[in-house]
Amino acid sequence: MSHDHDHHHHDNELDPMAARVRALETILTQKGLIDPAAIDVIVETYETKVGPRNGAKVVAKAWSDPAFADWLKRDATAAIASLGFTGRQGEHMQAVFNTPETHNIVVCTLCSCYPWSVLGLPPVWYKAPPYRSKAVIDPRGVLAEFGVTLPAETKIRVWDSTAELRYLVVPARPAGTDGWSEEQLAELVTRDSMIGTGLAREAA
Amino acid sequence: MNGPQDLGGQMGFGPVAPEKDEPLFHAEWEKRALGVTLTAGAMGHWNIDESRHARESLHPADYYSSSYYEIWTKALEVLLERHGFVTVDELAQGKALSDGTTPKRVLKAENTPAALAKGGPCDRPVPTEPRFVAGDKVRTKTFNPQGHTRLPRYARGKLGTVEAVRDGFVFPDSNAHGKGENPQWVYTVVFDGREIWGEGADPTLTVSIDAWESYLEPA
Repeated sequence: MSHDHDHHHHDNELDPMAARVRALETILTQKGLIDPAAIDVIVETYETKVGPRNGAKVVAKAWSDPAFADWLKRDATAAIASLGFTGRQGEHMQAVFNTPETHNIVVCTLCSCYPWSVLGLPPVWYKAPPYRSKAVIDPRGVLAEFGVTLPAETKIRVWDSTAELRYLVVPARPAGTDGWSEEQLAELVTRDSMIGTGLAREAA
Repeated sequence: MNGPQDLGGQMGFGPVAPEKDEPLFHAEWEKRALGVTLTAGAMGHWNIDESRHARESLHPADYYSSSYYEIWTKALEVLLERHGFVTVDELAQGKALSDGTTPKRVLKAENTPAALAKGGPCDRPVPTEPRFVAGDKVRTKTFNPQGHTRLPRYARGKLGTVEAVRDGFVFPDSNAHGKGENPQWVYTVVFDGREIWGEGADPTLTVSIDAWESYLEPA
C-alpha cells in the first residue's frame, strides 16, 4: 500500500526513487530543459511562503468582516486575491461555509486536486487511496479518524473536486471569540478545518 | 478511463491514518520530484489533462503501490519520452546521450515566483449559452470511455440537481489527448447520498461533482 511507502525514510543515494528522480533532473539539466535553481525556488515557495497560514488569514477575515465574507461567497477567487493569494492550483476558487446545519468536506477522488494557493501542498493522506475512496461514501467514518464527531442530524456535504474549481471550507467561528483580532482568530484556523476533516480550534 | 485513479467508494484501502504534524516532504527526493514535474511541465509541451491521464494510465498495481510523488515521477518519464525529450536509454543511464525535442520555453529561477503566482487558468469563453440553470434536474451520462474523463464512475447515470453554473472550462476529455480545448460550461451538480450509494447510505449525505455540460442530460 502507498501508505507504507509514504512512511519510509530513504533519502540516501541507494534509494531507488531518489536515484530515479536524480537521473531525471540530471538529464533534463544537461539538455538545458530545466533550471535546477527554479526547483529550489519552487520548494522554497511551498516550504516558506504558500501554506495553510494563507487560508487561515482568509477565514479569519471572513469571520471578522461580513462584507469580505459576502465577497468570498460570491467571488472567492477575487476576494482571496485581494489578500495576495493567487496562482497555481488556486486559479478558480470557491469558498464553502459550514453552518449549524451543514458540514462541508473536500476531496478529489480522481487525483489530488487541492487549493495550493491557500493551503499549500496537500498532505500525504489527502492524496492517498484511503481518503479518496472513503470520503464520498463514509464521511462520518473519515471524520471519526480525525477525532471529529458531528451530531447525527448534521448534514454532510462532500465536494468532489472533479474540475478546476478548488474548494476552501470556511469553518464555524468558535464561541467566545468576540472582539478577537484577525491575527488571533487566524491562530484557531487549522489546515484540516479548511479541508473539512477538522473543526476550528476552540478559544483557549 | 476506468483506471486505478477512480477511487470514490472503493473499499479495502485501510484507515486514512492522518499523520500528526506531518512534514511537508518525507524525503529529499520528493522536493526534487515536485520541482522537476513543475519545471518540465512549464516547457509547455503537455497540459494538465495529459499529465493526469499519464498518471492514471499507470498499471493499477503500480499506481496503488506508489506514493503520489512516485506516481508523478513515473508519469513524467512517460510524458518526456512521448514528447521526445528523453529516451529509455537515457533514463537507464542517468545522463543525456543525444539531443531531443527543442523546448518551447525553459522556466528560469528568476521567473519562477511570477509563474507560480500566475498559475494556469483553465477558464475559457464558451460561444453558447449554458444549457442548464441552477435548480434543473439532470442525469449524468452512463459511459465508459477508453480515454480520459472527469466523470467518476460512482456518479455516472445518477439523478442530481444543478446547484450552480460555474464558468466555461477546457474540456479534459479532449484536451488530454491533443484534441483541443473545446471549452464547455461546468456545473456543480449535487446528488443525494442515497441516489449514489443506495441502501445503507448516510441519510444526511449529499455529494457534489463539477460536471462538464456534455456529461449531463435533462431529467
